[in-house]
Amino acid sequence: MNALFDILLTASFWAAAVRIASPLIFATMGELICERAGVLNLGIEGIMVIGAFSGWMAVYLGMGLWGGVFVAMLAGMLFGLLHATLTVPFGLSQHVVGLGITLLATSTSYFAYRLILPEVTSPPKIEPFQAVEVPYLVDIPLLGPALFAQTALTYAAFAVVALTVLILYRTPLGLAIRAAGESPNAVAAQGLSVTRLRMGAVIVGSGLMAVGGAFLTLSAFSSFFFEMVNGRGWICIALVVFGAWRPGKALLGALLFAGFDALQIRLQQTPIGQAVPYQVFLMAPYFLSILALILMSRRAQVPSALMVPFNKGER
Amino acid sequence: MRLEPIANPSLARSLGFPALAICVTVLVASGLAAIAGGNPLQTLGLIVQGAAGSKFALLETLNRATPLIFTGLAIAVAFRAKLWNIGAEAQLYGGAIVTVILGTSALSNFGGAALPLIALGAMLAGAVVLLVPVMLKTRYGVDEVVTTLLLNFIMLLLVSYLLEGPMKDPMGMGWPKSAPLDKDLRLPRIVAGLRLHWGFGLALISAALIWFLQTRTTLGYEMRAVGFNPQAARFAGIPLNRVLVKTALLSGGLAALAGFSEVAGLKGHLSLDLSPGFGYTGIIVAMLALLHPLGVVISAIFVAGIFVGADSMSRAAQVPTYIADMLLATALLLMVLAIGLTKYRMVRG
Repeated sequence: MNALFDILLTASFWAAAVRIASPLIFATMGELICERAGVLNLGIEGIMVIGAFSGWMAVYLGMGLWGGVFVAMLAGMLFGLLHATLTVPFGLSQHVVGLGITLLATSTSYFAYRLILPEVTSPPKIEPFQAVEVPYLVDIPLLGPALFAQTALTYAAFAVVALTVLILYRTPLGLAIRAAGESPNAVAAQGLSVTRLRMGAVIVGSGLMAVGGAFLTLSAFSSFFFEMVNGRGWICIALVVFGAWRPGKALLGALLFAGFDALQIRLQQTPIGQAVPYQVFLMAPYFLSILALILMSRRAQVPSALMVPFNKGER
Repeated sequence: MRLEPIANPSLARSLGFPALAICVTVLVASGLAAIAGGNPLQTLGLIVQGAAGSKFALLETLNRATPLIFTGLAIAVAFRAKLWNIGAEAQLYGGAIVTVILGTSALSNFGGAALPLIALGAMLAGAVVLLVPVMLKTRYGVDEVVTTLLLNFIMLLLVSYLLEGPMKDPMGMGWPKSAPLDKDLRLPRIVAGLRLHWGFGLALISAALIWFLQTRTTLGYEMRAVGFNPQAARFAGIPLNRVLVKTALLSGGLAALAGFSEVAGLKGHLSLDLSPGFGYTGIIVAMLALLHPLGVVISAIFVAGIFVGADSMSRAAQVPTYIADMLLATALLLMVLAIGLTKYRMVRG
């Protein structure tokens, strides 16, 4: 028990939790925007891979770090466009198309990686984003180092949440996006295009997922590894459900989840932790996600038109 | 622009679009080969040659197709009932674990009954692995897509734990692999001397049985009805949840047979690289087969051929072997589009 308190009272633990949460925050917001418009985007896992790869490769080939983020976002939006074209105007199965996009984006990343670096055994490193300390605020105990000594990309993740809330709940565009996911017929009756709203949401959302992936290579680690996304995309889908499709709650979920993740890494180092197989700790995040789904599924407000293709004139 | 359903698609339409999808995939493949600095025709030729150019290559392709037929059938059965089982990988490993546990026990005393018993045990394990997310779906309304996906990661970690702990091979020189199966508990070769085991035969038999089940039995009818229109099926008095559970048992069992056949037929032991994503590739196999159980056999051999061919090609030419995965993902997306276009047409307005 003491070991647990020791961990919870170190600033590095809280800083790690926020750092681990950052990619999840980007990708969860991306998925949330897609789903609020009525489209389940199972391409998320692959789009995070292509974001991680393309952002890193752009920086490795000489671009600036923000240039890398931009390239990652563009790559994500491109796959988002493909997903949106197939699922929105053509109304194809969002499950199958999403999985197809994940396979395509992942294999494209690996193919391009091998093409550009044919003989490399250990991937080259880049100079990643450095932590930026916010003066004065960083001196707050525990909270300061956790929230105000992070990289610029982490601050951007929080800004994205604020922006998502602002747009979804305070603008006519946000109202239209949410309506497209609740009752598309009403949107069409207003003379708005459900197709355009949904496609736009999927493209922008996919861009955010890719930035989440790029966080892994440009801020958290400094290289690209195969299988580095490791199911984070699927966890983000669970986080959207956990957050009941609300950005604020989803942010809370991501932080909570990352907190547990940071905790399990540290618990492994304690005497009790070393007695337990390390695989048990690694399984914990996935079990936690399933548990969150079970707890929230009953009362969650699922967008009523989620996964229902819209076809004008059809009731 | 909106979609208009086509009541009776013509033969040209229902064959033309899938054929077009395959042509475009070949074009994409040529483009990728060119980007990689290879000669497109030569690269494609090398893939075909590597997959079917010799007796050895062909047997290798059929060997690789065997687990894909099982996982393809598992996905086809589930998707037909709109049960989104993305966890065939986990079910495969569930089957493999039980195969090793039973196959290294004293079961060889049972003589000829031992192998069927092991196969049944493996199927049961796979069924249980899928039953968990399906029960969560029917009881609590938890979406099975995410839970089956997450179980893949949990299962792989479980295998990793077992191979480093309780199931570790004492003679394994530190490699994380299990003890080998009893010699008498391996699946025999179909033809002595040729590297093709009875797992392939079992896969063909399974495909035929599933075809029979789907077209000639009440359960098959109920599964299709539930997938086609759940509300109507419920209205017609079909017990929705019970059909879903039966579908899950069947689908999980089939995926587990892939693990059984890989361990008992090919590898002889369990290791962490037993499946290079057979569970996920099964989705492509099933979709390319339009979820038809007999089509799964053909598409599994086709998909296996692309993997085996691309491996052999990349040794000869400088094109990365990941071209196979890109091709198959492209084929999957184009095929889904082609199927959509046979059923609907785009009209203005």
